[in-house]
Amino acid sequence: MRKVMTGNYASAYGAKLSRAEVIAAYPITPQTSIVEKLAEFVTSGELNAKYIPVESEHSAMAACIAAETAGARTYTATSSQGLTLMHEVLMWASGARVPVVMTNVSRAMAPPWSVWVDHMDSVAQRDTGWLQFFCQSNQEVLDTIIMAYKVCESKGVMLPAMIIEDAFILSHTSEPVDVPDQDVVDSFLPPYAPELKLEVGKARGFGSLVKPDQYMEFRYKDMLAMKEARERILSVEKEFKHVFGREHGGLLEKYMCDDADVVLVAAGSVAATAKDVVDALRAKGSRVGLARIRAFRPFPHEELRALGSKVEGMAVLDRSYTFGAAGAMFSEAKASLYSCPKRPVMKNYIAGLGGRDITPKILGKMFEDIAVVARRGVEDEVEWVDVAGLPRRWR
Amino acid sequence: MAKTTIPEEEFTYPGGTGCPGCGANLVMRYLLKGLGERTILSIPACCWAVMPGYWPSNCLKVPLLYTAFEATGAAMSGLRAALDIKGIEDVTVVGFAGDGGTVDIGLQAMSGAAERRTDAIYVMYDNEAYMNTGIQRSGSTPWGAWTTTTPVGTSHGFKHEPKKDIMAIMQAHRIPYAATVSVAHPEDFIKKVQKAKSIKGFRFIHAMSPCPPGWRMNPSHAIEVAKLAVDTHAFPLYEIEEGKVRITRKGKGTPIKEYLKLQGRFSHLTEDEISAIQIAVDEGWKLLLAKETSGV
Amino acid sequence: MTKSHEELPLTPISDTPSTINLTGLWRVVRPVVDREKCKKCTICWKFCPDAAIKLVDGIPVVDLDFCKGCGICAFECPAKCIVMVKEGEQ
Repeated sequence: MRKVMTGNYASAYGAKLSRAEVIAAYPITPQTSIVEKLAEFVTSGELNAKYIPVESEHSAMAACIAAETAGARTYTATSSQGLTLMHEVLMWASGARVPVVMTNVSRAMAPPWSVWVDHMDSVAQRDTGWLQFFCQSNQEVLDTIIMAYKVCESKGVMLPAMIIEDAFILSHTSEPVDVPDQDVVDSFLPPYAPELKLEVGKARGFGSLVKPDQYMEFRYKDMLAMKEARERILSVEKEFKHVFGREHGGLLEKYMCDDADVVLVAAGSVAATAKDVVDALRAKGSRVGLARIRAFRPFPHEELRALGSKVEGMAVLDRSYTFGAAGAMFSEAKASLYSCPKRPVMKNYIAGLGGRDITPKILGKMFEDIAVVARRGVEDEVEWVDVAGLPRRWR
Repeated sequence: MAKTTIPEEEFTYPGGTGCPGCGANLVMRYLLKGLGERTILSIPACCWAVMPGYWPSNCLKVPLLYTAFEATGAAMSGLRAALDIKGIEDVTVVGFAGDGGTVDIGLQAMSGAAERRTDAIYVMYDNEAYMNTGIQRSGSTPWGAWTTTTPVGTSHGFKHEPKKDIMAIMQAHRIPYAATVSVAHPEDFIKKVQKAKSIKGFRFIHAMSPCPPGWRMNPSHAIEVAKLAVDTHAFPLYEIEEGKVRITRKGKGTPIKEYLKLQGRFSHLTEDEISAIQIAVDEGWKLLLAKETSGV
Repeated sequence: MTKSHEELPLTPISDTPSTINLTGLWRVVRPVVDREKCKKCTICWKFCPDAAIKLVDGIPVVDLDFCKGCGICAFECPAKCIVMVKEGEQ
């Protein structure tokens, strides 16, 4: 059934269709309508779940981990300050190998206070062992939540996942979304049934103390799980396409990249805008393409290497900044391509922080710039876009 | 044939790595004797996160979830929600945490779980400092005590703040049942645990847990010190049921000096300081008696 | 002995009874029970923090593999029939 809905409602429907059994809920702008909608679903009986109105985001994640360990499928949602407050327990969830699925409405970090979009909160969690999916549409949000449960609950994975919506741009903007039927989702996503869980009669301790002579082997297993997640993301999406008729591009969605001279690599809703810019530039004869990082964790090394070896210039747009280094996605893409015999010229564009709009005009200038840089070589590897007081004008 | 005064079945194995004479060991031992096998524990960072031993050693015969430090209350709510949605009945969910993990860093999560009326039992074993990390002061450290972060003989001096009254805090949450228990009185301890088990809603048990290394005392005195704590009214035994205080052991009213002198953590106190403690303990006891009489 | 990553559960799940830890090795002093004087009150069993005392016909038998020598049993015994003896003596 097609409905017009916001990204937040798409998240709520995704959780409902996935039959989340325990929902921990703490409000934060701009995620609130997710937990509000879920409260409605639970109160009306549409969703048979236990709804825990926790008293902080840290507790939200802690409650989810406990519930998962006792065998229940859980869901929660948060944003910026809440996500970073959870940081400790995000790491706990992945180390505990519980497949929590969470929506993060990606929002700028304070101070300065901001409720608008950027990716610093999400990117800052890249070391937590969570799968991270950056979405470009509300449909993708709903679909990816369902797929994430299937990927994460796979025996060889058992890692948590966050589905990332851009604050306000997706969370509060309405788009047409195809809401699958419950019975079709049920046929695609079986109930959560972990092998080992907390149960009366089995004296098991989950999460105990491990000495230096054994800790590394547990972490190694976590690494193997993330590796397996890569394959599962692809195979589950194939299944999804077969059942629902839709897909969203795997780990790295490529648009017009096959014969591109230069490409822009970006994540989130700006990638959707960039596709329109690609079309406009192509109409004028430029051979440009857009590669969208959909899965930031596990990072699409293979796909980027394959792409990188074919293009002259690669612009990487980071809607975040890792202080003292470059943008996270740029650094990781560059590292990925380091071992390639043929590498493009690469440049990092830091843009859109704190909700600053990345317009088609700005994106067009980015494509122009990377084409120039690809020919002449790069001077400043990292350029901040549309910052008042800097020489280059972007608007 | 000898008859024991408490249930004989053990729910802990020996070989746990608690210190010799550890009061917390007895707290767990008595707790599980009262609750039985259909119990699931959640334990945050604290001595008891280490006492089951290094992986894969486990001294408990019931399931256990280790959690992050401040998460006990949240984990209790998560566990109960999962068991409920799965239709698994007749299981006692227990959050078992130290004083630091309860009155300080864990206060928010516990308050949340109590406010949500999570159907579970919170047990705070109180050794009156952050013992697992090496005897640093907590909000539950009593006035006058030496700890490593309230050392004596510097301008900082011993702990000058009174002990947080966690029972009063729990009473303010209007939970159906709260009780103080002592390892010196296992029969009373287990009776209260069994009573708590029979009540639905959020229940709180405050267990005094003598700590030989932390309190600077002879391990063999652990029970004696616990007895004196009750008799001197430093740690009175009482229940708060449906908001009403009921004292369960009057105690002899032994001078506080007798309790303090067994513990090296109080050895620096002057006569005046001991008198000050006696006054505070007497006032606390009077207040408790008044609460009991007035039904408040 | 470090286990291969292939032998591990996905997260550290401890399911081996702690009786693998011979905490008796910690001991400096050891309880010795005078079975003749014992009144079978069971108080020593009751107060042992490590559950290292078993009652056999009401008389305490200390499991020396695990007894840490804390001395609570000796201190609390009303009949004073338990003595703490230094390891290496008697």
